Amino acid sequence: MKKNLTARTVIIVVTILVCIYGIIGIPTSKAELVQHFQQNIRLGLDLKGGSHLVLQVQIQDAVKADADQTIDRVKEDLKKQNVQWSSMERNDPTQISDADKVEISVKGVPSQQSSAFRNVIAEKYPTYILTSVNSTDYSMKLKPSDLNDLKSDTVKRAIDTISNRINQLGLAESAVQQYGRSGADYEILVQLPGVDDPARVKELIGTAAVLEITDVKDGPFGSKEQGLSQHGGVLPVNTKLVRMQPRGGAEGEQWYLVGRSPVITGREMRNARPGQDEYRKWETNFSLSQDGGKRFGRYTESNIGNKLAVVLDDKIVSVATIQSKIEDSGRITGLGTEDESVDLSRYLRSGSLPAGIKYMEERSVGPSLGADSIHEGIMAGIAGLVAVVFVMLVYYKRSGVNAVLALILNTVVLLAAISYLQAVLTLPGIAGVILTIGMAVDSNVLIFERIREELRAGKQVVAAVEAGFGKAWWTIVDTHVTTVVSCAFLFLFGEGPVKGFAVTLVIGLVANVFTAVFVSKTIFAYELSGRRQMEALSI
Amino acid sequence: MELFKNTNYDFLAKKWPFIIASLVLTVAGLGSIAAKGGLKFGIDFKGGALMSVKFAGPPPIDKIRSAMSAIKGETSVNEFTGGGSSNEVEIGTELLEETQLNANRQAMEDVLSKTFGQPGSGKLDFNNTSKQTLLERLRDPLARAGVAMSEQQLKQLASDLVDYRDKNQSGLATDFNQLASAPGVNAGIITTLQQECYLAPYHIEQVQMVGPKVGAELRNKAVLATLYALAGMLAYIAFRFEWIYGLGAVIACFHDTIITIGLFSLFNKEISMTVIAALLTLVGYSMNDTIVIFDRIRENLKISRREPLEAVMNRAVNQTLSRTIMTSGLTFLTAIALLIFGGPVLHGFSFALVCGIIVGTYSSVFVASPIVLFWHNYADARKKTAPVIAAAPRTEPARKSATKVVK
Repeated sequence: MKKNLTARTVIIVVTILVCIYGIIGIPTSKAELVQHFQQNIRLGLDLKGGSHLVLQVQIQDAVKADADQTIDRVKEDLKKQNVQWSSMERNDPTQISDADKVEISVKGVPSQQSSAFRNVIAEKYPTYILTSVNSTDYSMKLKPSDLNDLKSDTVKRAIDTISNRINQLGLAESAVQQYGRSGADYEILVQLPGVDDPARVKELIGTAAVLEITDVKDGPFGSKEQGLSQHGGVLPVNTKLVRMQPRGGAEGEQWYLVGRSPVITGREMRNARPGQDEYRKWETNFSLSQDGGKRFGRYTESNIGNKLAVVLDDKIVSVATIQSKIEDSGRITGLGTEDESVDLSRYLRSGSLPAGIKYMEERSVGPSLGADSIHEGIMAGIAGLVAVVFVMLVYYKRSGVNAVLALILNTVVLLAAISYLQAVLTLPGIAGVILTIGMAVDSNVLIFERIREELRAGKQVVAAVEAGFGKAWWTIVDTHVTTVVSCAFLFLFGEGPVKGFAVTLVIGLVANVFTAVFVSKTIFAYELSGRRQMEALSI
Repeated sequence: MELFKNTNYDFLAKKWPFIIASLVLTVAGLGSIAAKGGLKFGIDFKGGALMSVKFAGPPPIDKIRSAMSAIKGETSVNEFTGGGSSNEVEIGTELLEETQLNANRQAMEDVLSKTFGQPGSGKLDFNNTSKQTLLERLRDPLARAGVAMSEQQLKQLASDLVDYRDKNQSGLATDFNQLASAPGVNAGIITTLQQECYLAPYHIEQVQMVGPKVGAELRNKAVLATLYALAGMLAYIAFRFEWIYGLGAVIACFHDTIITIGLFSLFNKEISMTVIAALLTLVGYSMNDTIVIFDRIRENLKISRREPLEAVMNRAVNQTLSRTIMTSGLTFLTAIALLIFGGPVLHGFSFALVCGIIVGTYSSVFVASPIVLFWHNYADARKKTAPVIAAAPRTEPARKSATKVVK
């Protein structure tokens, strides 16, 4: 028994030390202690203030963009093979749920060329399924597996782009991650602790939205109506009217007629820097990916003298004239000011989201509310705990001290586990802590009541303590395992807050079995050791 | 000190009044939900925009209400009552579509600023500004006022001023001189602040906007997760005890949840995500309580197999009575402390806990145990009639005789 007791004591002391280290590290001053504590016990946005955004990636945009690029490439390949066609277009679904319906319809392929046409598609476009509508018309659709790859890749790239953008801000602890069911929701969660002004954040994410470089067909016009009337009220096929984003002094509206399918998208933009040319005039240098460079080269070669527009989020940020063939690197010259050049390179560099985004949820908690709710929560917690400690001490006397020690230790272990697991403490998490404390009190009460019963039945003190722990053990196991089972389901099927609740509760319950049974029994053992014939137990 | 020593109350004999009370409460709760056309969900679950605004004095509710009616769609303005900090108002608007997210926030901010602020003065509202905006605003005027500061110092100043407002003034300053004790502030800065800024009598503490799709999804997921969790607990108890014990415990938990939700409907309180956390907590408490009693019943059954089940159950409830009162009493104390001191954020949470602990404690004795008792009495009665049926198979249909015995 004595040796056993020493081993138990060592285990308990080591656990306490490891836990305290996890919570406050090894502080050398009071300020450091507070700092370590705040670093290790991280609070959720609902407690400390910050912004929480959920946005949905409009993956149908990416599927459409892929179809557009495919159309361009197919046209070129067919020209090389001398295969003819009369029209090649894609449909334009606008809902996320319709992303699977994007298809390219190819019309007017002469029936004698059908095998040549089929060969080109089968060889060069293995990701597409070709079905014939009639002898001259066909439709092309992405294969389901490739469609799914494209979707998940789109969400991943959107996450990368947004986190790059936010990282440039140098915000500590910001997080950008996939949200909801993967492969079904296409949602991204952005968490920004300490930022209570989501308008600014959205502006930042917004500038990372869809970037395209398109050919300018006509313009500028003073208004949208003017642009329309220039073309007899009907826009030519595959074009759209886009407004120039006003800069600095308002010089009235400017609208351009641009192509609907871009020459280059932000995907192919590798880098962009502001710079000055030999006459110290401001310019922006950019470089493109290999594939993009080839296409850009072909396009610029045959369009020297024409204009290109840099379109961001359906607004033109810059219009430039093509002066020579540009392959993988080029420059946009003749910019007015340094600011203009810096901004343009930032737009180009931010890459672009592979698809548009839509905000689904936005929450911002001001730090004052966070501070108030922490303060009130702590006050309430302390008031509740003082009441519990008082009642336990009055009702169970010396043994009550046992329970209070176990309760304190439970809280310490719980905090340490949160620190070691790098979990975040949120309001629902605190609900889990409250249930834990409740069950910890209950375990102690169960054991003490059992010991009292055994004493009343006339057992000796040592035997009564032994029997009390032994009989209460299975009850404690059953209550705890049941709750752990329910937590497992809550964790698997729940979302955000429900998950936080489940995690803290499971940690608390494991800690509780350790403190209420193992630690408490050891303290009893100390009290009883050496006094084999103890007559009364303060319980 | 010992209370409830060797008690011997006949709890199960008094089950009917309690079961009827339970049924009445359940029906009243469900009736209230039906009469009000469903539960009152918070924006977490139905989608919408919600703004918590703190006012310097008692908020002019009517004025806010009439100002907000300018916003399209249904709007609600509620003063927060009970517990903790006061002078808080929650303003909610409908969100029918995700695209309204931005427009609604802007509209609410504009209405507040038009009604209570001084948007025409050209000054900045210090109580509702961010660090960045304040920095931009103060840079030139401070330089003109002859307060020499580096960009780094300016940044620190703006940050300190906003932090001081949030931490020391609860987000709401009423006089610029209150800021004099913020770090690095001198008389020149205060004068510049007074020239450039004004103090609106309100501070926007929290804005939450949830699109309707996300809301419905969150609700479905929370309900599903809870149902799966209950099924999991049923399976575990069935494995450790008997299936009827599992069923009894789960029905008791259901009963507690429905009554608590019913009370939320009766008191016109909103079901938010934190309330769901509280419901999960009370399911935990109730389950814990029920298992403690079941465990004792199982133990007693091992010792005295011949005693009728009702007597065994009564003894188990009496033996655990002291523990039940202690645990429930202590957790109840904590929940009451949360309700009184916890402030607005924790209000729904602690209200659910207070209701749940009361209902959860008594449901273990008067709902879970009677279900097990009824089933065993019914099963025993069938067993007793079984030989009779075997002896005279053609005299009477088996079902009928069985039900007769039960009666």
